[in-house]
Formats: sequence, C-alpha cells, structure tokens
Amino acid sequence: MKRKTVTRRRFMATTAAASATMIAAPFVRTANAAGKLSIGFWDHWVPGGNNASKALCEEWGAKNKVEMQIDYITSQGHKNLLTIAAEQQAKSGHDILAFPSWQPHGSSQHLEPVDDIMAELVKLHGKVNPTVEYLARSGGRWIAVPTCVGSQIKGPNSRIDFLKKHADIDLLAMYPAGSPPKADAWTMDAMLKAAEACHKGGNPFGIGLGTTEDNVDTAGAIFQSFGAALVDAKGTITVKSDPVRKALEYYIKLSQWLPPDAPAWDNAANNKYLISGKGSLIMNPPSAWAVAKRDAPQVAEQLWTHGMPSGPAGRYSPFLPYFWGIWNFGKNKTAAKELIMFLSQRTSVEKMVDASAGYDLPAFEKLTDFKIWAEIGPPKGTLYHYPNPHNHQVLAVAAQPAPPKIAHQIYTQAIHTKMIVRILKGEQMEKTLAWAEGELEGFTRT
Amino acid sequence: MVDAVIQGIDARAPARKRSSLRKAMQRKSTVAFLMALPLILLIALLVIYPAFYSLHLATLNKSMERFVGLSNFTFLFKRETFWMVVQQSCIFAVTAVIFKALIGFIVAHFVHNIPSKGQRKWRGMLLVPWVIPPAMSCLAWLWLFDPSYSAFNWIFALFGIGPVSWTGDTNWARFSVILINIWIGAPFFMIMYLAALKSVPEQLYEAAEIDGANWWQRIWYVTLPMMRNIIAITALFSLIVTFANFDIVRIITAGGPIDTTHVFATWSFWLGIQGGDIPLGACVSLFMVPILAVAATFILRDINRRGSEV
Repeated sequence: MKRKTVTRRRFMATTAAASATMIAAPFVRTANAAGKLSIGFWDHWVPGGNNASKALCEEWGAKNKVEMQIDYITSQGHKNLLTIAAEQQAKSGHDILAFPSWQPHGSSQHLEPVDDIMAELVKLHGKVNPTVEYLARSGGRWIAVPTCVGSQIKGPNSRIDFLKKHADIDLLAMYPAGSPPKADAWTMDAMLKAAEACHKGGNPFGIGLGTTEDNVDTAGAIFQSFGAALVDAKGTITVKSDPVRKALEYYIKLSQWLPPDAPAWDNAANNKYLISGKGSLIMNPPSAWAVAKRDAPQVAEQLWTHGMPSGPAGRYSPFLPYFWGIWNFGKNKTAAKELIMFLSQRTSVEKMVDASAGYDLPAFEKLTDFKIWAEIGPPKGTLYHYPNPHNHQVLAVAAQPAPPKIAHQIYTQAIHTKMIVRILKGEQMEKTLAWAEGELEGFTRT
Repeated sequence: MVDAVIQGIDARAPARKRSSLRKAMQRKSTVAFLMALPLILLIALLVIYPAFYSLHLATLNKSMERFVGLSNFTFLFKRETFWMVVQQSCIFAVTAVIFKALIGFIVAHFVHNIPSKGQRKWRGMLLVPWVIPPAMSCLAWLWLFDPSYSAFNWIFALFGIGPVSWTGDTNWARFSVILINIWIGAPFFMIMYLAALKSVPEQLYEAAEIDGANWWQRIWYVTLPMMRNIIAITALFSLIVTFANFDIVRIITAGGPIDTTHVFATWSFWLGIQGGDIPLGACVSLFMVPILAVAATFILRDINRRGSEV
C-alpha cells in the first residue's frame, strides 16, 4: 500500500489556502439559529436609548426562535470594564458583549474573528473610517463589529449667542445646517482668540484638563492637529519632538482662558458648565444638549454642534467608537453573528440612532445621512454636522497612531492632560517631556 | 472464656469510638471550630483563593500569556508614580488613623460623661457617618468639594474668601480625601473607646483621685494603660481598612490632580481594569501586604507581650 505523505511545503500551502478561504468567505445566513443567546449591551445615557435595541433583539429572537437574555451594563464606575475583565478571566458570560473603544485589543485572544460579518457590512454600508480599523483589527483580522450604540464624536458644542457676541463668530454661517461647512477660518488660532474673547466676556470655554475621557479626547485631537504623537505607529517614543512642544505651548496659552478648576474636571463637569449657562463651548457628544433640552431649554436653543478647528497638521476630531464582540468561548456563536448582522442593517441602525436622539453614530460611510441629524432641534439642524457628514475632519482617537496596546495605556493614564497640568503647575517643559518619556517607556513593556 | 473476652472487646470498641466522639464534641475548641467552620470556608473561598489567584496574576506578563516571575515587581520599583503612590498611601492611612483615633478618643470621653439617660441618642447620632454606605456619603461630599459648584466655596464666598480648589490642588485634594476618611471612620473609634472606657473600674479613678491625681494624670496613668490593647487593635484594624481604601479617593479625586492622591487600591484599579494591565494592577494591590504585615506584627507582638505581663 502506498503511503501518502504530506510535505511541509504542501502543508503550508493547504493551510494558507484554507485560511484565505475562511477570511474571504462571505457571511452565510442559516435558517434558524435557535437556542439561547445572552447579550451584554452598554446601558445608554440617553433616556429611552435602550428601547430600540431591546425591541430589535426581541423581534429577531421571536422570528428565529432564540431565547434572548439582554443585560444593560452601565459604564458608570467602569462596571462594563469590570464585566469584560471578569468574563475574560472566567471564560464564561455573555455571548455578545459591548466593548468600549480600547477593549477589543485587550481581549483580542478571546474574541471570535468577525471578518465574515465585516465583509458583508462593508459591502452594504461602505467603508469604515481608519480609526475603527485601528481599534478593531488585530493580527490582520476583524475581532469586533463597530456598533452605533455608544459611538460618539466629541467635537465642539457651542453657544451660538456667546460666540457671536464675544468673538464675532457666526456658527450658523460657518456650519450651516444641510450644507457643507465653510470652516476654513476655523483654525486653532481662531479658537484661541475666541477662547480669550469669551473668557473676557464672562463665558469661558469649558475644556477640562482632568484625567477622564472627555479631557483626554480633546487633548488628543488638539495634539493630532499639531502632528504631535507621543509614540509613533511603530512604537517609537516621539514625545520629545517639536510638534509635541508646539501642541503643549498651544495648550498652555489656551489654558489661561479656561476655568481655573479645569485640571479637576471630570466627564460631567463640562456638561454642567454648559447647561448652567456659564460656558460658551465644550467638547462633547450631544448628550449635554439633550439634557439641556430637558432641564434648561433656553440654553439648548442656543447650542450648535460643529467641527473642530484645524491645526498645522489638519483638522482632527475626537471619535470613540463602541464595538460588539463575540467571545470565542461563547456557547452560541452562530446566533450571535446572525443577531449582529440583523442589528447592523440600515433600518435597525436608524431605529437605534433615533432612540438615542441622534447621539449614537454609525461607523460606516453610507450611514451618516439619517433624517434625525438634519431635523432634530431646537434649534433645527443643531446636530446636522455631528456625524461629520461631509468628512471635513479626520476622526481619530487620542494617542493614535501608537500601537493600540501602548495607546490604550497613554489614553488611560491621561498622559496628554497630565503633561499640560504639570507645566501649568510650574514644571519646565523639558522636565515634563522627560517624565512623559519615562512613563511611555513603561507602557511599551509586553 | 477466651471467646467471651474477645466478644467483650468487640462490643466495647464502637462504644469507645462513640464516647471519644462525644468527648471531642464536648470539648469547647471542637465546638468553636465547627461553629467557625462556615466562616472559615467563606474566608477560604472569598479571601484565600483570590489572594493566591492575584499572586498568580502578578507573575504573568501584560497579556497574561506567560510566566514572568517577579519582573512586574521590579518594573514597578523603577516607576516614579509607584513610589509616589506608596508615599501617598502612607500619608493617607497614617494621618487618617491618627486623627480618627484622636477624635474618637475625645468624643468617647464626652459621650461617656453624658448621663446614661441621654447617652443612647448621642451614640446613635454619632454613629451615622459610619453606618451610611461610603459611596453614598462620598457623593454628598463630592457636592461639597465640587470643583465648580462647591457648597463650601459658596459659603466662603459670602465672607469674601475663596474659591478653594478642593480637588484641583494637590494639598487641598489630599486634605479633602483624608478629611472624609476621618469623618467616616472616627465613629468606629469612638464606639470602641467608649466600650473600653466603660470597662475601666471606677475604683481606679477613685484611688487616683485620693492620691491627688489631676484630670490629665488620671487619663495618662489610668485610662490610657487600661485602654492600650483596644487602642492598638483598633488602630491596626483601621490601618488595614484605611490602607485598602478605594471609594473615597475614587469618587472625590479619581487619583488626581496628576496622580497625587492615588492610593494602592485606586491605582491598582486604574492600571488593571481601566488600563487593561491586570498583572500590574495585581502587583500594586499586593504591595499592601508587606506594609500591613510589618505593622500587624509590631502591634500584635506588643499586645501579646502586655497580655503575658498581665
């Protein structure tokens, strides 16, 4: 009997071919997934924001005869992060879990690849922006699917009246509802002048310098506008560079026009500042506007969400996408994939965006034209530019383009704002840069 | 005859077993052990297992894929922030425990001197800060220390003072978190010291008074020596709890400004859960163990010595 041998070359070729087929294979819908499916969604800030996802899941469950169990997990006190860490350690938990921006990379070994779903969704809705790829691709594979629920752009929310009165800036002309922005004059220098004018007028800009996400996101975008990366894409520490020095100098100038307590601000402080009627600009998704609509309608009527100013290296806006991931130890991966496919259809996405009053942002290029952003108000059109419909700014996450696992540490440890505050407290810039370099060296450990 | 003896031995064996079991059950130590067994099992499950698991985690690399021995610890030793956290944890715990003990001692004396009829009301009221869940009381304190809308600053403004940057300035932020810890923890000291005061025999004070001892001498030579053990145990217990404190710093300052109020627990959470570096977070939390072990050894040794002297 002739024995059939497999050479190393043939083995490699077969494995490569099989892998390529698996990656390129389209998502195949099965008739009835059946069984039980457990989902951990992010608990929405916006009142009623969970209703659409719940209704959609129930609809899909009934149609496919799948028993659904939905948990809404809050990000208050980082309960969602604790849940992710616990489930990852226990290798047990929900089938589908919502992952904040940095978490897919942290859990990459335990996530089921979703290339099949992403290939189908890109075909349907167009490309996703590079930041989504940066955060949800690992080892050349998609490890999570971007969801609109919780995804946000943290650009400026400004007072139309204060900016006109103190800084002579006509926001409605610069960012007209329904038309492309005419924001060439909206530069970092223009923002600095406006901050000074508003401060002198008694309505300072409300940009925080604390260590929480809102503060870090703003600092990240401003640094990127100056081309200032603390660590480059290859993982080389580049903090001692001229763009970083320029970004810091800019921030120090800007800080003198910010409230004196800005270094102690958390994520709620900027919202409160705007809603109180004191501030003239904050960097936030439209949740502040949504709360103002309920609690301070006279403030809400004057709010306009618009793009970031441009810097020497371009116009960057803070973008924080959320993802849905499937644990590779999950019990019903087939049903999980089918549900994510269903929830990512245009009609489903629009329902969820509507339920969040326009807060949620889809990551796909063909899904930025929903009616709600053009129509919701008052003032009507206030959210038109929120989803960046004319792509006039680069959507990025702070600390990008550093390798995600390093960038995650930079982001969490708020190195950007800590550098600014250290200098504000009187430390020499070079000493601050040396401190940051030491911290960054620590983040590069594997 | 021989058969009868053998039968006799056989018949007595189970009876002897039963009686030795009965004797064991009658022993106080056996009963105490059995009654404590559920708690021992609970502690084994919720304390000993997690402790060993965190030791295991601390020896893994960042992505928890391989064993790295003690390199996480050596890495931490080189970090400036780590030593700042060690220093802050010590400042936080030692200052708070000293003031809690001092305030608890003074208030316990006041309450002790209140006639017994009205004492219960005062005891109840003074325990309120201790019985409110800290997360809840910290939220109230957060409003008082809010960077923009501090109620304290509002009152100070009426007198033309302020505003004080309670959570934005390092010294004020440290003061704020220590103050809250004292506010929450002082009632525990008060109630323990009150119980100790009540157990000091009145005759000792009478004898001291006959000997001409003044108020201070009565405290120094009678009260304090009689309360030494309870003071030491309370201080040790509080030191452990205060070192491991999480909620106050987390809610009030989140470790800021620029990490200058982080304690072990908050920094560990920051690194491990928020930063996704669970092994390093485990390492930081384990650093409390040697510090507390040294403190516990000294305090307990002192108590044992005094116990044997008595």
